[in-house]
Amino acid sequence: MTYLLPSLRLWLLTLFVCVLAYASLVFGVAQALAPFRANGSIIEVGGRAVGSELVAQDFTEPRYFWPRPSAVDYDAMGAGGSNLSPTSQTLAERAAETVVRYGATADKPVPADLVAASGGGLDPHISLAGGLYQADRVAAARGIDAAVIRRLVQDAAIAPGGVLAPEPVVNVLQLNLALDRLEQ
Amino acid sequence: MLTAILTVILIVGGAALLSWPLGNYMAWLFSGRFARADRLFIRAVGDAPDQNWKQYSVALLAFNALMFAFAFLLLATQHALPLNPDGQTAAPLDLVFNTAASFTTNTNLQHYSGESTWSYLAQLGGLMWLQFVSAATGIAALAALARGIGGQASMGNFFLDLQRAAFCVLLPLAMIVACFIALRGVPMTFEGAAAVTTLEGVTQTIARGPAAAFVAIKQLGTNGGGFFGPNSTHPLENPDFWANSLQMISIIIIPMACVWMFGRIIGRMKHAGVIFGVMLVFLLVKIGGSVAFESAPTQAFANLPIMADVGNLEGKELRLGATTGPLWAVLTTSTSNGSVGAMHDSLNPLTGLMPMAGMWLNATFGGVGVGMINMFLYVVVAVFIAGMMVGRTPEYLGHKVEGREMRLAILALISHAVLILGGTAIFAATVWGQDTLNNVGAHGFSEILYEFSSAGANNGSGFEGLGDDTVPWNIATGLVMLIGRYLPIIVPLAIVGSLMAKKRSAESAGTLSVEGGTFGTMLVITILIFGALTFFPAAALGPIAEHVTLMR
Repeated sequence: MTYLLPSLRLWLLTLFVCVLAYASLVFGVAQALAPFRANGSIIEVGGRAVGSELVAQDFTEPRYFWPRPSAVDYDAMGAGGSNLSPTSQTLAERAAETVVRYGATADKPVPADLVAASGGGLDPHISLAGGLYQADRVAAARGIDAAVIRRLVQDAAIAPGGVLAPEPVVNVLQLNLALDRLEQ
Repeated sequence: MLTAILTVILIVGGAALLSWPLGNYMAWLFSGRFARADRLFIRAVGDAPDQNWKQYSVALLAFNALMFAFAFLLLATQHALPLNPDGQTAAPLDLVFNTAASFTTNTNLQHYSGESTWSYLAQLGGLMWLQFVSAATGIAALAALARGIGGQASMGNFFLDLQRAAFCVLLPLAMIVACFIALRGVPMTFEGAAAVTTLEGVTQTIARGPAAAFVAIKQLGTNGGGFFGPNSTHPLENPDFWANSLQMISIIIIPMACVWMFGRIIGRMKHAGVIFGVMLVFLLVKIGGSVAFESAPTQAFANLPIMADVGNLEGKELRLGATTGPLWAVLTTSTSNGSVGAMHDSLNPLTGLMPMAGMWLNATFGGVGVGMINMFLYVVVAVFIAGMMVGRTPEYLGHKVEGREMRLAILALISHAVLILGGTAIFAATVWGQDTLNNVGAHGFSEILYEFSSAGANNGSGFEGLGDDTVPWNIATGLVMLIGRYLPIIVPLAIVGSLMAKKRSAESAGTLSVEGGTFGTMLVITILIFGALTFFPAAALGPIAEHVTLMR
């Protein structure tokens, strides 16, 4: 009893403070200050939810920019990586398929991020180089001047961490939305 | 290279700077400086009398048993309870056992994906609650140990210490971190998954939930269990570079502060400085190795028309920057955190060895509270060996270290190796392990070795390709986590109890100083001999074999 009773009181108290009060407070702050982000950064176009700004979705048509490969086929209810070793034969075979899809050749090698699957399988970004690499295909599919498409990619690029992470990246969904707006 | 160095300075240096005031604050807190708060806490549990090491241990175990029982019940009945908008069904009991053991022991090994397994109530009321109280348990144990070894008559009271740690250390920090990452894009909603129609007209269902509150304490309490399956590689759990940076600092700050707290309670800040320095050296060596090894491009792409101008990108997220993967891998395994910012299974072979080494040593800052307790064991051994070498009775802070204390210290240190290597041997030799591998050859062995290292060190990260949601894995790692948690907490308390019972002698000129470079060197050698040599043969069969046979 010396230990049971204080344990029970501690159980109730910590549940109340560290779960109920804490979660309610964070919920209140997040919903009040940043409701868009607190609800999953869901983008709506014309009143229709088209995706999350932070979550990759599958693009297969040549007229859109394609995201990085996903080991879970962009399943946002069961995210995950390939978990293959970088020395794995299976990984080499998967990469060979991706290379064919992009039509890469020794003269025109594809940027590595377009071939490597991300950790969560939902990386919303590609590298700037990966975007520019796809510009000709997108331009041809849409019948738009490739220079215009390249400019669009350049404008969408950001350095995710300033000087600490300067390699520029492009948000694929935002880029594709901008593409669609271009043709309207 | 320059950006990598800048990032490491920002994260490790920033955390080290902040850990100093935090450590002082924690020392004051556990010395009873905040009397009004203490009175409230004492009233909350009725009474808080002084406890000796046995009473403190029993109180700790009693409350932890209650934690396990409650979490088990809640997880097992979640399908019948409210706050389940995505309609999660009943989970198998072996998984419930593994998960309850995992979060009670501050491990957060996850043989499931959160978004497809647990309801919001199970995640918050069960798992997030355990992330607070299990972390507080570790900090409380360190406070007790420091009081005892520092010469105080009593070890304090567990029920009071737990509230101090949970309400005055973890809660305010978690509040700050949770609000910041929520503003950067981690969801905090009780609505179920969002159904969207993609630009190409396909339906995508996007899991979300009250993740921000969960992720904050996951990092601060060296818990590491993710709200979503792929942990902090998931963009909704780690939305951008700045949320990522704060999460990395959160991983390491309290373990660092624990060293200063220990030093201030025992009144020997120079000694704490030596320990901090030794830990920092190990940390920086591992980070250096990890960042360097990971800058090699993905080996599997070598013969294909793929640009080789960047490091290995398999299993990594672009928004987090090139340094995050290898840096996070070291931080999360030096401490017993176990969250991941890149998929460890897809790290280059020698990079993958760095997190394993972190878990084998388990004292490079280590888990909140318990990391410093593990280091205490190494210190006792180092003092003993040094004493033997010069032919004097070994003393630590005026306490004579004799056979009984040494036997206990060795028991705790050896048990760590036996749990990891024994478990690995059994699973590598049988279908229990062989049938669950995602990779072949040496890397497959590494997957088994990593899983037991993670369970034994109460870390929780994994080579996640391993199909570990099986009955043998759930039960074996569940047991390893429980033994690997409580043995290394109770045994050091027993050692201190034994030292407290002896008459304390004044330190003389002949006593080995625990404050200088000589002692620091001695400590490094002890850790290397014990931690590193024990595990070297296993490392040679796994990551080293893979590197020499398959990397160019």
